[in-house]
Amino acid sequence: MRDLLALQNLPAQDIRDILDLSQNLGEILDRPIKKLPTLRGKAIVNLFFEPSTRTRNSFELAAKYLGADVINVQKSGSSVEKGETLWDTATNLRQMGIDAAIIRHQVSGVPEQLAGVLDVPVINAGDGSHEHPTQGLLDVLTLRQAKGDVGQLKVAIVGDVLHSRVARSDIWAMRALGAQVVLIGPASLLPESYRELGVEVTTDLREGLAGVDAVQVLRLQKERQSGGEIPSQWEYRARWGLTAESLGWAKPDAVVLHPGPQNRGVEIDSDILDSERALVRQQVRNGVAVRMAVLFRLLGGAHDEQ
Amino acid sequence: MMNSERTAYRIQGARVIDPFRNFDGVTDVWVKDGRIAGQPEPDAEVVNGDGLWLVPRLLDMHVHFRDPGLEYKEDLESGSKAAAAGGFTAVCTMPNTQPVIDIPSLVQWQIERSRQLGLVRIWPIGAITKGEAGRELAEMYQMAQAGAVGFSDDGHPVADSRLMRAALSYSAAVGKPIIQHAEDSRLALGGVMHEGAVSQQMGLGGIPAEAESVMVWRDVELAGLTQGILHVAHISSPGSLEALRYARNRGLRVTAEIAPHHLFLTDEAVREWNYSPLTKVNPPLRPAQVQQALIDAVRSGLVGVLASDHAPHHADEKAAPYDEAPFGISGLETFLGSVITLFLGQGLLSPLELFAKITSGPHDVLRVAYGGLVPGQEADLTLIDPRVQWTVDPRTFYSKGRNTPLEGSRLTGRAVATMVGGRFTMRDQEVLG
Repeated sequence: MRDLLALQNLPAQDIRDILDLSQNLGEILDRPIKKLPTLRGKAIVNLFFEPSTRTRNSFELAAKYLGADVINVQKSGSSVEKGETLWDTATNLRQMGIDAAIIRHQVSGVPEQLAGVLDVPVINAGDGSHEHPTQGLLDVLTLRQAKGDVGQLKVAIVGDVLHSRVARSDIWAMRALGAQVVLIGPASLLPESYRELGVEVTTDLREGLAGVDAVQVLRLQKERQSGGEIPSQWEYRARWGLTAESLGWAKPDAVVLHPGPQNRGVEIDSDILDSERALVRQQVRNGVAVRMAVLFRLLGGAHDEQ
Repeated sequence: MMNSERTAYRIQGARVIDPFRNFDGVTDVWVKDGRIAGQPEPDAEVVNGDGLWLVPRLLDMHVHFRDPGLEYKEDLESGSKAAAAGGFTAVCTMPNTQPVIDIPSLVQWQIERSRQLGLVRIWPIGAITKGEAGRELAEMYQMAQAGAVGFSDDGHPVADSRLMRAALSYSAAVGKPIIQHAEDSRLALGGVMHEGAVSQQMGLGGIPAEAESVMVWRDVELAGLTQGILHVAHISSPGSLEALRYARNRGLRVTAEIAPHHLFLTDEAVREWNYSPLTKVNPPLRPAQVQQALIDAVRSGLVGVLASDHAPHHADEKAAPYDEAPFGISGLETFLGSVITLFLGQGLLSPLELFAKITSGPHDVLRVAYGGLVPGQEADLTLIDPRVQWTVDPRTFYSKGRNTPLEGSRLTGRAVATMVGGRFTMRDQEVLG
């Protein structure tokens, strides 16, 4: 494993190894001095071409807790805005000595393309509607902590699955670990072809939530309304919103995840989000742990004891 | 048409495959003063055709030569060389240049320039609407007088039904086809590949097959209303084939072409190429069951034309992120190899049936008369080695566009010599400029 570009086709054992490592490395967040020497002397660049607060900071902290140096490049104010290609920007950074690149981009596949240009590890921090692999990993880690063996679980993913990179990474990670997955949402936002992969697909929230151990609620993007896929946020909430009533259709001990940022009162109600059944804070915390584990896997090893 | 250094040739021992006369057999062909000659010529250079096929007037009725205005992608010279290298003796150039070919003088300029180059016959296609803007009809009659063989807003569908009705009505009077790039732009909005299982896994925006077929159905109805001449470019969806069948059963003047890449590749190529925009083409590569329906349509004769949609782009443009890269495949230099490999390698068509789709088929669509390899006809012909195996290496292309997902593919069959107007334009892969 040189890069982390996608969870599709990542062997289950690799996923398990990363989760185990995350579990161990996560403990550092409780220490008074959060600094390991593991990646001391390594330089990592965060290339974020889309707005992001949580993921970028999470990667940056993960790298810093492991002792690496991190620089941040954003589209605005960068040479890309002056017309330089992303590949040239990245190549120049490589010449400056970076040891890994973390990239978020609005176009699916850009991390794969970048990995073809750079000779150092590339980590996908979310590309278009394709994948967000560290989010998929942190979601299954959160489920494992809360519910035990993910392979025994049935998990619902509710919302705009078609355009969601989180959903795709979740599906691959959960399926790799043996979970049953059901996708729920408006037909215009569901990838029907996933049935062929053994994933359940339904437009009926009540039917879909029956018997599930966990619900991953996806953010509803505002442009779905202007794009004509849904009539309004309020109609969406009425049919697919996670409320006290609709959560009652799942198992009594079902837990709730949300990748954030949340639209309170649209795809999820505040009383659910602020309840103990919602694991969103653990998700954020696990995000740092998982990213530490990924950086350790890709960059650690040889320089461990130096 | 062209000046020739040599005046007479005897092409000896080749298997002549002449769809214009439905002839397939070994015979000598004599050429003198630019035309097929009826009797032996004493000073003729002998060209050994043993083991080769000889096919008259290969015509690719859908190419983009980008000239004027976008010469960094291709120009009339590089495009003409690519055509000669690929074995073609005539091409129809699409008008989506800068400026758009929408007035007679631009049509004349392209033809004049091709005469100077002397590499391939260029038969320009004029725009249907001024500037391909879809608002007012262009001067089709005068462009036809100047040499335009058909009309298309290729790249931009004619969305306005009233305007399309007018264009089809007009085509009947001009006697040239309206060549539609059929696509409902709103339905295709945001799409960069075929909408289906692969796009849904790769997270790329999908273009449903119906974005094409809804417009083909509309156009077929308008062809019925107007008795106009409609040719559907690069057809690629089952619904479009159904509309074509309907039109044929009603006796309408509706034809269509298919591009080799839609027959040779599927949307799995987008995955295999791992997001490289080399696979990005419009209409998009379709899944296997659609590919099979398209192959069947060629075999059954429902579709009588194969055309490359040769769309060269600069390497920098094709290195962009998938959503941002332009659509198109550079197709002229892989055309023959891919269709010979596909249709003849698997015995899906006879050579005569296959070559009809790149000779008499498009001539019929364009209403261009040509008699084949008979005395007095222009000596436009191609010698093909049907057995040679080769690997596609875009670095060897004459086209400026090296953008092809066939890069690295093993193909069987390629042109070894091309003659236009009695003069060799290519021999042994070398274009004779």
